[in-house]
Amino acid sequence: MSKLVLMLVFFICATTGGEIAMTHGMKQVGEPERIRPRALLRFIGRAVRSGWVWFALPLMAASFYSLLVLLSWAPLSVVIPASAFNYVVGTFGAKYLLKEHVCVKRWMGVVMVCIGVTLVLFTQ
Amino acid sequence: MTHDHRLRFKTLVMVCVMVVCANLGDLMLKRGMLQIGAVQMTSSGIWRALFSTIHNGTIWLGIFFLLGFTFSYMTAVSWADYSYVMPAGAFGYAVQTMLAVTILHESVNTQRWIGVTLIVFGVLLVGQTHPTTTKPRPVAS
Repeated sequence: MSKLVLMLVFFICATTGGEIAMTHGMKQVGEPERIRPRALLRFIGRAVRSGWVWFALPLMAASFYSLLVLLSWAPLSVVIPASAFNYVVGTFGAKYLLKEHVCVKRWMGVVMVCIGVTLVLFTQ
Repeated sequence: MTHDHRLRFKTLVMVCVMVVCANLGDLMLKRGMLQIGAVQMTSSGIWRALFSTIHNGTIWLGIFFLLGFTFSYMTAVSWADYSYVMPAGAFGYAVQTMLAVTILHESVNTQRWIGVTLIVFGVLLVGQTHPTTTKPRPVAS
């Protein structure tokens, strides 16, 4: 049981941590000045030089592999809510780490998406 | 078009690219893995599976689409909030259900329709908020 809980915590932390690190890195990189091939190539060039992007990639890979491990250890009824719960944890991360302003309307939307994803995945 | 409208429009386009690339990527990976067959969990079986995936065009197509997803995600969060882009990406589940009904003629139960409705309304609620709430970022040059 404790092994499963640890893996669930690791999965949620790796997923949210990876996405937040990627977002932080991309905010530092800045947006592409145009959606044109040359400008996008320059944008990618800046992104691959960002330390935060390289920090995010292994976390995202760890999130993917921990999901596979969880699916082999635990029933879907445990893994799916944990997967959907990432939306809520991610929003907390956005609010407190990325300093985004999360208004009531956005919170309500995130909670609805979280419940909706759980319902959809349970039927697959 | 005002700056706000342009920001909403380009974020919407990029989220659509994310959803399409993620779904096509998953589909191609699944099709490629079905072509390869079940992976034997022995050292020789894993090596054989690795060799087969490297030589499978469908897997490479899947990787191409997943790279497209990563790139569009990176672009979207460079101008919009993470808490705005992340729930919008869940719209893919609704698209999957619509495709299952319209193209594959699958029957979808009530529970799934309730889930899809919640996702659509949730994404619409998030979409009504301002895409960016932090200070303006520099434009990459």
